[in-house]
Amino acid sequence: MAAAAPPLKDELDIVIPTIRNLDFLEMWRPFFQPYHLIIVQDGDPAKTIKVPDGFDYELYNRNDINRILGPKASCISFKDSACRCFGYMVSKKKYIFTIDDDCFVAKDPSGKQINALEQHIKNLLCPSTPLFFNTLYDPFRDGSDFVRGYPFSLREGVPTAVSHGLWLNIPDYDAPTQLVKPLERNTKFVDAVLTIPKGTLFPMCGMNLAFDRDLIGPAMYFGLMGDGQPIGRYDDMWAGWCTKVICDHLGLGVKTGLPYIWHSKASNPFVNLKKEYNGIFWQEEIIPFFQAATLSKDSTTVQKCYIELAKQVKEKLGKVDPYFVKLADAMETWIQAWDELNSPAKAPAKAK
Amino acid sequence: MSQVIIQDDEVDIVIGAIQSDLTSFMEAWRPMFSRFHLIIVQDPDLNGELKIPGGFNLNLYTKSDMDKVVGSSSSTISFSGYSCRYFGYLMSRKKYIISIDDDCIPAKDSKGELVDAVAQHITNLTTPATPFFFNTLYDPFCKGTDFVRGYPFSLRNGVECGLSCGLWLNLADYDAPTQALKPNARNSRYVDAVLTVPSRTMLPLSGINIAFNNELVGPALLPAFRLTKEGKFRWETVEDIWTGMCAKVVCDHLKLGVKSGLPYVWRQERGSAVESLKKEWEGVQLMEEVVPFFQSVRLSEAAVTAEDCVAEIAASVKEQLGRSNPMFARAAETMVEWIKLWKQVRSQ
Repeated sequence: MAAAAPPLKDELDIVIPTIRNLDFLEMWRPFFQPYHLIIVQDGDPAKTIKVPDGFDYELYNRNDINRILGPKASCISFKDSACRCFGYMVSKKKYIFTIDDDCFVAKDPSGKQINALEQHIKNLLCPSTPLFFNTLYDPFRDGSDFVRGYPFSLREGVPTAVSHGLWLNIPDYDAPTQLVKPLERNTKFVDAVLTIPKGTLFPMCGMNLAFDRDLIGPAMYFGLMGDGQPIGRYDDMWAGWCTKVICDHLGLGVKTGLPYIWHSKASNPFVNLKKEYNGIFWQEEIIPFFQAATLSKDSTTVQKCYIELAKQVKEKLGKVDPYFVKLADAMETWIQAWDELNSPAKAPAKAK
Repeated sequence: MSQVIIQDDEVDIVIGAIQSDLTSFMEAWRPMFSRFHLIIVQDPDLNGELKIPGGFNLNLYTKSDMDKVVGSSSSTISFSGYSCRYFGYLMSRKKYIISIDDDCIPAKDSKGELVDAVAQHITNLTTPATPFFFNTLYDPFCKGTDFVRGYPFSLRNGVECGLSCGLWLNLADYDAPTQALKPNARNSRYVDAVLTVPSRTMLPLSGINIAFNNELVGPALLPAFRLTKEGKFRWETVEDIWTGMCAKVVCDHLKLGVKSGLPYVWRQERGSAVESLKKEWEGVQLMEEVVPFFQSVRLSEAAVTAEDCVAEIAASVKEQLGRSNPMFARAAETMVEWIKLWKQVRSQ
C-alpha cells in the first residue's frame, strides 16, 4: 500500500496554535511539508511568528479572529491554546490534524521515526467498532482481525470521526498528579489502536488529535478558557465530552491509541493547578451530566446535536456556576459562526 | 512485571484436558504452575488415562466424578469437550481461578522473556478496574502510569476486578471463516497493555486464557449454550462466548470490572479451519440474535450476588429468547440447573 503522493494531501489541514514559535516544525518537515498549515497565533497580535520556509500556510492572530468573526469572536478563547478551534472553523478541508508546538517526532521500539500524521489518516480512513469490544483491538489494522464471537452483523463498523493519539515522555497528567509524580515519564509504547465503546466517555487530549471535519467538526469547540475565564486546561476535555456524546448519538466512532508523539515540555504544575482548580471540582458535576445526556431523534446533524447540548448545559450545569451559562451561550455563538463561515453562499475573509 | 505478592493457597489453576498427553504442556508451564494447586479435568469423551508428569500438587477429575456429583438427574448440563473445565470451577474452593487451554504454552514478551501468565492474571484480579470512564493510558494502576488529565477524581479508586481476559500470540482466537480466509495469519503483535472493558460494553470472552474471582463471579462462568455439535477445536465452539456475555452482564450489574489484554499465551498449531468450516454451524447464526438481548438486559436491584444475577438472566433468556428457539429455552434451563448444582456442591 505504498502511496506515491502523501495521503489526503489536499484534503487535510494541520492546525497549530502557538504563542511562542514554530521551531518544532523543522523536525516534522519530512511528514508535514506536503500539507497546508493553519497557524492560530495566540497572545499579542503585534508579535510576528515566523513560519519556517517551505511550508504552505495561513496564519491568524487575534486581530484576524476579531475581524473575521466580529462580535462572535467572543467565543474564541484568548491566552489559551483553546483558540486553535478557530482554525477548525476556517479550514476548508475534510480532515484536521492538530498538534501542540512542544510535540516532536517519537520513535517506535525499533528506533524508527513515527509519522504520526500517516497513522491518524489510517485510523480515520478505516471503520470504528464502538458497539462491541474487539479483544485484538482495531480489527482493520494489518495483522489483526475480529476475534471469534464478534458478531458478524457488526463487522462493517461505523465511520471514524476522531483519532486520538498518545504521548511518550511527558504524560498528560493533571496538576495534582504532576505535583506528586514530577519525574514520571511515559515510556511504554502500546502498539494498539482501539475504538472507545459507545456510551463510554474519555479524556480527550488536544495535543495530538485528528478528526473528520465533515463528520464532527462543529462539535470540536474548545470552550471558553484562559484570559478572563475561571478555568483552563479543560478545553480539549470539554470538546471531547461533547464530541463523544454526539458521536454516540450519530453512530460515529472515536479511536484512541497510536500514533505516539514525543511530548517534550512539562508545564509548570503550580500554574496548572491554578488553571485547573475549578475544573477539578466542576468535573464531578460535568461528568454525570455528560454520562446521562441524551439527544432527541430530531437532532440529526452535528449542529442540531450541539445546540441541543448547549441548552442542556445551560439548564443543568448553569446551576453549578454562572460560567456554564456563559459557556452555553458561547457554544451557540460558535455554531452560528461555524455555519456562517461554512455556508456554501459565503466565502470567508482570508488571513494576511 | 508485577511485584504483587501471590497468595499461593488462594489460587486454583483449572485445566480442561482435551488431549491425553499433557506432558509437554505441563512441563512448559512448570515454572509458573508448580507452586499452585491444579485441578485437571478430563474431557468425558476422552477415553483412557491422561499422561501427567509428576511434581505437581493436583486433583484429577474424570467422567466418573462428574457422574457422582451431578448424577444422571441433570440432562441439560454437559461437560463434554472444552466444557469439562466448568466441572473444575464447580469443584474449586479457591478465591482465584486461572484457566488455560491445553494447547497453549508460555509466550515471550517483546524483550524475549517468558511471560508468567499466572502472575499477570493475579495482578489483574488483585488491582482495581476502571469500568466507568476510559483511561487513555490504559491501566492506571500499572507501575509507570496513572490516570490522565480529565479523569474524574471520584472514579479513581476503581472497583474490584471480577474477570481477567488474556490474549494469544501465534494462533489467535479467530473463528473458522476468518482463519480459513487468512490461513497464514498469525498474531505477532505484543500489545503491552491491560485495560478495563467499559461497563455496558459487551466483548467476546475467549476461554483460552482467562482468570476470575471465583468468590465474586464464580457461578456466572457456566456451561449453558452449546452448538448442536460443539467440537474439540475452539473454531467449533461458542460455549465461552455465551458464558462471557452472561459474565459481563453480571459484572456490570455488580459493579465489578472486566479486564482485557495481558497476559499473552502462545497458542500452538492445531486443527484446520477449513475442515472446521465443513462442519455443522447450527447455533452460530443464533449467537447473532442474542447480542441485542445481552446489550440491553438489566437486572433488578434485588440481585446482589452472582447466583441471583444468573437466575435473573436465565429467566429473561427463557422469556425473551426462549420463545424464538428451543436452544435458548434449553440454555436457560441449564443455567438454572447450574445454580442449583453450584449451591448444592457448596453446601456439602
